[in-house]
Amino acid sequence: MTTTLPAENETRARTVPALPLYAAHVRALVVETLRVPIAVIGTLAFPALSLLFFVVPNRAVADDPVFATAAVASLAVFAVMVSSLFNLGLTVAEAREKPWNPYLRSLPLPAAVRISAQLTSTAMLSFLSLVPVLIVGALATEAIVSVLGLIAGLAVLALTSIPFLLLGAAIGYAFSSKAAIAVIQVGMFGFAFGGGLFFPPQFFPEWLETLSRFFPSRHARELTLAAVEGTTPELWMLVGALAWTLATAALALWLYRRDEGRRYR
Amino acid sequence: MITIARLDGVTRRFGDTLALDAVDLTIDQGELIGLLGPNGAGKSTLLSLLLGRRRPSEGHVELFGGDPASAARRLGLGSTPQETALPETLRVSEVVELVAAHYPDTRPTAEIAEEFGFSDLLRRQCGALSGGQKRRIAVALAFVGRPRLVLLDEPTTGLDVDARHGLWAAIRRHHGAGTTVVVTSHYLEEIEALAERVVVIDHGRVLADGTLASVRDRVDSADVELATSAPDQVAALTGVARADTAGDRLRLTVADADEFVRALVRSDLPFTGLAVRGASLEEAFLSLTSLTERNAA
Repeated sequence: MTTTLPAENETRARTVPALPLYAAHVRALVVETLRVPIAVIGTLAFPALSLLFFVVPNRAVADDPVFATAAVASLAVFAVMVSSLFNLGLTVAEAREKPWNPYLRSLPLPAAVRISAQLTSTAMLSFLSLVPVLIVGALATEAIVSVLGLIAGLAVLALTSIPFLLLGAAIGYAFSSKAAIAVIQVGMFGFAFGGGLFFPPQFFPEWLETLSRFFPSRHARELTLAAVEGTTPELWMLVGALAWTLATAALALWLYRRDEGRRYR
Repeated sequence: MITIARLDGVTRRFGDTLALDAVDLTIDQGELIGLLGPNGAGKSTLLSLLLGRRRPSEGHVELFGGDPASAARRLGLGSTPQETALPETLRVSEVVELVAAHYPDTRPTAEIAEEFGFSDLLRRQCGALSGGQKRRIAVALAFVGRPRLVLLDEPTTGLDVDARHGLWAAIRRHHGAGTTVVVTSHYLEEIEALAERVVVIDHGRVLADGTLASVRDRVDSADVELATSAPDQVAALTGVARADTAGDRLRLTVADADEFVRALVRSDLPFTGLAVRGASLEEAFLSLTSLTERNAA
């Protein structure tokens, strides 16, 4: 040690207030995504179109308030799941391939600010993709929901989307962006069918109904529906959702750390 | 002298590869340092440690009296992304403002755009820019937060001569205004034009660290040019390491310029238009790095 710094202003050095910085990052991330309209239109239109083609023409479902509400809730879960997996998975995979992220890491930017901005912007887009589903559901089916049920449903949707966000991040850390697209597409349809988002699980053969109870999409569907209808959720739904959240969090964390090591080859 | 950044015995390994090997380096306020080294010498690793992107395997890195891995330490630091890094769908003004959001005291976007010559590009999306335009913007980002220390990694790669000279002028201006600058470059000409202090690294070690003149002096050889009707005899004089003819001129690399000129005069050989030049930085660099090549082999 030869020299020390005249460090009054250094020791007091603080990064700029987190909230405006977080807002700037959320804004940049949202704008970045919205400027690629195809990406947005895909996530926005697909769940609403599924509702329009699969549910609305089937008047037995569309004209029955209970079935219709379940169908709209299922496709709302589908919309949020697709958006979480796709947006976060692709964002993370692409960020790993581009040198912009290392540059951001060299700015006076606390890591938590960047990560929460990424989660927020993805969640915002997820909820944006709900809007068309809710509109089609309200106009073209007999689905009914109370104001309280809607609010509770949205809150539960947000919570049950966490494993999908984490899984999206994990896929992003594990695969290149091209491979991530393929993995997400396969996983997304598996989860959608297996979780009863396209066909109600009541019509599943028994073995599939049992299997279905291990899918995070099934937990999300049942819990959201319970919130919308104001019924009490069953224990297996809560345990399942919690288990998936913990497992995907561990997976994402493990892959993140492994990725740190690999990047520095 | 106020030290603003320091590496003490820093070693960094990537698996079995030794990227930096017990490097000591001190950066004092107000310096303009040229960091030279062949590809893979360890320059980028050294910068990434100062930027807080990586941690040393051994040793100690200090930035503004603290750990560069803590975000608050980097408030006084400016750096440049690779030009391919700029988010393609964001407008130039949005990128500048996003970077500015990280600093308490910033240059207005219009002012920085004016200085680095991209005022007409502010509304364009980064994906629509040419490589040279992106490079200028990337370099400008280093100066947005009024940094005390700027690390520029290959700032003029891909720029035409005019743009390169414009950027050199900007770097000199900021240095003149008190900013400490570290610049790496492939162009030795660039380091020669800009730097006051040169640090040569290769195979993860500092080979030379001193003023431009002192690094040049590390190499004793000199270049001699003359016209003669007896080129073979001149080339045969003692101390001539290499001889080439260019038109009617003979170009020689000699070990000791004074000794050679004395020998030339004593020999009575005919010559006109004698010119003697000390080794360029390039020659010093090549001789220093080939030395490690030999030691490593």
